[in-house]
Amino acid sequence: MRLEDLNWQYRSRLQRLAIWFAWLLTVALFVWCWNLMTRDTIWLFVWDAPTQAADLGSRMMPPRWSYLPELMQPLWDTLNIATLGTLGGVILAVPVAFMAARNTTPSRLLLRPIALGIIVTSRSINSLIWALLLVAIIGPGLLAGIIAIALRSIGFIGKLLYEAIEEIDEKQVEAVRATGASGFQVMHYGIVPQILPAFFGITVFRWDINIRESTILGLVGAGGIGLKLQSSLNVLAWPQVTMILLLILLTVVASEWISAKVRSAII
Amino acid sequence: MTSRYPTHWRKPPQILTHPVWRPIIWILAAVYLVLAIGSLEVNWVRVSEGLERGWRFVQGFLVPDFSSRWTDISIGLVESLTMTLTSTIVGILISVPIGIGAARNLSPAWMYMICRSIIAISRSLQEIIVAIFFVALFGFGPFAGFLTLSFATIGFLSKLLAEDIEDIDESQVEAIRATGAGFWQIINYAIQPQVMPRLVGLSLYRLDINFRESSVIGIVGAGGIGATLNTAIDRYEYDSAGAILIIIIMIVFAVEYSSSYIRRWLQ
Repeated sequence: MRLEDLNWQYRSRLQRLAIWFAWLLTVALFVWCWNLMTRDTIWLFVWDAPTQAADLGSRMMPPRWSYLPELMQPLWDTLNIATLGTLGGVILAVPVAFMAARNTTPSRLLLRPIALGIIVTSRSINSLIWALLLVAIIGPGLLAGIIAIALRSIGFIGKLLYEAIEEIDEKQVEAVRATGASGFQVMHYGIVPQILPAFFGITVFRWDINIRESTILGLVGAGGIGLKLQSSLNVLAWPQVTMILLLILLTVVASEWISAKVRSAII
Repeated sequence: MTSRYPTHWRKPPQILTHPVWRPIIWILAAVYLVLAIGSLEVNWVRVSEGLERGWRFVQGFLVPDFSSRWTDISIGLVESLTMTLTSTIVGILISVPIGIGAARNLSPAWMYMICRSIIAISRSLQEIIVAIFFVALFGFGPFAGFLTLSFATIGFLSKLLAEDIEDIDESQVEAIRATGAGFWQIINYAIQPQVMPRLVGLSLYRLDINFRESSVIGIVGAGGIGATLNTAIDRYEYDSAGAILIIIIMIVFAVEYSSSYIRRWLQ
């Protein structure tokens, strides 16, 4: 027996060939996509980037601290967009989640596909696009931002909540039903207590994401601190941009901290 | 002698067990709501005028127009798809070493600190804000979008990969180390097989997110279908905008469905 035959190998020759071929295909696909993507790229601008970055950096520093008091009102608006938007999203998402969950849906053939369709539509469109649409429809302002956040939140909260509803312990529902409880009482005593912690966790998590997203909604005119960012960018007031970005960063970190605290307190 | 049992049951409080806190929280929430809604300035005339336009948008969504702007839509779509694929691949290639560096059980403390701060920077900056800067530095077009999405992928994938590596079964590492394996051999034979299925799953999930984000960053000039959508809404061409939204929803749905199928097939 030759020594090579004793050598153990994890995969057979054919498998190794298939894996090698898959890698080749990936590389080819990447190169093809890269060429297609950079067809119209002006490489002069790309190679110029380090000098541009140095230039931009020198313009952005130091941040304009005196701009801070002017930012307090937009910051309050941003917090309101996120909080009221989350509230609206929750109110709309709860019925959708109950319709979408396999064990609570009133009709499996009609309402469940509709509810799942609402969830998919809301999830696949980013809140900035919702805001873009709503600003065109109902005009710029906080209301457009709030509705955009609410519409985007339906999908997220609805999906996580209906998965939580599907995972409940059916025995408790059965026990409550066995006492002769009505449909509403079964919901109140059998289902709601089981999903309540998940519900609060999801809501706070979404609120945290919404704070993040509402800071930029102003870029398309939907109010909040993004409006100031847009106007500062338009007049190339880079020290103000730095100030706004610092404030956004601080807000995001604070909301993440609050959300983590609340979630660890609940669960 | 018959003992009397209570006939009424009240649910014990779950989260705030102290009786003083509950009314305080409710009052604070009510005060906040009054203040927040009071600070909304809604131009109801404008909103009611917008409802007619909103109805036209709904009609455009129901009767989408794919043909009249098809060249613009297809260019945007090709940019979005190529951007998504290339940025996901580049993001994975960069985030694997960073993820290994950010795992506490593998790397020295200084390396851990460097990699964790890269992750923190990438995660705290939003895609849109990063895109604004990359457009300013590298010029308009999908190349800036590609860089933005790669940058965002690094924060997401490295963090989850690092957490996954920290959770592995240490006994397998010990077994491989006992054979006298070096650092790279430990990575290859003890860690990679344990984290690979999850890494593939996360990469597919990130592909899905990158496509969704690629439809947004076009609004600030970073290429992709978002730019086309922005133009369509600015021109009040709601039927074309409806067509673009339907395409986005279909692709997100297809990517999500196929990635969940592949993930199930891998496990």
